[in-house]
Amino acid sequence: MDTTLKVEDLHKRFGEVEVLKGVSLAAKTGDVIAMIGSSGSGKSTLLRCINLLEMPNSGRVAVNGELIRMKSLPDGTALPEDQKQVERIRSKLAMVFQSFNLWSHRTILENVIEAPVHVLKVPRKEAIERAEALLAKVGIAEKRNFYPNHLSGGQQQRAAIARALAMEPSVLLFDEPTSALDPELVGEVLQVMRKLAEEGRTMLVVTHEMGFARDVASQIVFLHKGQIEEQGDPRELLANPKSERLKQFLSSTRH
Amino acid sequence: MDPTPSLFALMSFGPDGWGMRFVEGLVVTLEVSAASYFLSLIFGLLGASAKLSTSPTLRRIADLYTTLVRALPELLLLLLIYFSGADAIKFVLSFISADFEDVEIDPFIAAVAALGFIGGAYMTEVMRGAILSIPTGQIEAAKASGMSKLLTLRRVIVPQMLRYALPGMGNLWLSATKDSSLISVLGQTQDLLFMGYRASAVTKHYGFFYSVAAIMFLGITIVSVIAIRIIEARVNRGYR
Repeated sequence: MDTTLKVEDLHKRFGEVEVLKGVSLAAKTGDVIAMIGSSGSGKSTLLRCINLLEMPNSGRVAVNGELIRMKSLPDGTALPEDQKQVERIRSKLAMVFQSFNLWSHRTILENVIEAPVHVLKVPRKEAIERAEALLAKVGIAEKRNFYPNHLSGGQQQRAAIARALAMEPSVLLFDEPTSALDPELVGEVLQVMRKLAEEGRTMLVVTHEMGFARDVASQIVFLHKGQIEEQGDPRELLANPKSERLKQFLSSTRH
Repeated sequence: MDPTPSLFALMSFGPDGWGMRFVEGLVVTLEVSAASYFLSLIFGLLGASAKLSTSPTLRRIADLYTTLVRALPELLLLLLIYFSGADAIKFVLSFISADFEDVEIDPFIAAVAALGFIGGAYMTEVMRGAILSIPTGQIEAAKASGMSKLLTLRRVIVPQMLRYALPGMGNLWLSATKDSSLISVLGQTQDLLFMGYRASAVTKHYGFFYSVAAIMFLGITIVSVIAIRIIEARVNRGYR
């Protein structure tokens, strides 16, 4: 099967602190990879390095076989060689943020059509039709003319998922999508994400939801101190963790 | 002409009254204010972008601009830019062709350019603060959806900045309407204050005509304040 996303030997330093120490992973079409790990393990940074919201110091990222071209600078940092390429690839990597990040000056519908109309140049009428279908799919069609601040956290996050889907992305990146939600709102968002996984969407999910990781993910990646400590089939990995660190992590998250 | 015309007759719109001339003055004042304010928006956006850019050179130029302009009295700056600015342009143009040697700079344009340049320094600070107030997540969401820097500026930063910048921008508009009166000292444009001065000097009714000018300035402010309130309510949709 095709490799939709390939990450090789990614390194990221913030000043003196090395947050990612050579991480590699690959996602085939339809894979759902759950990234787990304690805070500070680098899992969010890894996600943000994939779409270059953070610029990795070195390493390679390829989407649909296309390598993002970067150039290394003498001070050890790197820059994209071609900003246009980065923008094009980012539009194929839709991101869902922990704090939703819906544009607060636009209504829900406007949020969803914004990038399709202005980045992908989809005709407005068509974008609106598709946006309405997506909002119905995530269950907030009736909120389309509301502003984000007038919605609950769960509704905002579902709107953000609709916004991500509107780009028809190759990969969906989820950065702790339920961590900012009240406990009773987590379920509605996870349910939408489950549905997407069942549709065969390629997803990379940084999460603390072990139940979701076990039931939905095709693979779990456990990060510890900037490296992949263990990875594999969810049920196998959660039932029989090999590394001491994963055992510790799992016992601390299970209540 | 009536030897002792009543004040009412002095403000009439007939050939002997000053009414029409004050209306013309009001129009000039509004034109200068609007044009210089528009220019200050451009200077402000450029200045704020430069101050927030990663380039140290751009940051330094912008710092120099806001420090210098805000340090000097506005009237002094206006005179300086008005008189030496034209010379500087002529000087530069004289290198291109000798034909430009006696080029005349339109006083209206020169005054507007000078006022816009001055206002832009204050606008830079208002906009810089406003841009910094935008939650970073809003800009990250734009980046993550593949928007270019320019598109992000146009579709996310500027509209969101407006909300934070509007109180400061409103203040600067009120300043601009009053600062426009500075150009009356140039004696080239017939703005509201200039009309007040002319009418007083001719009729010797100083108190009356300066009061007329004052009331008209007050009128501009009242209308502006109402307009600013409406715009603020509109920009704040979705936040309350």
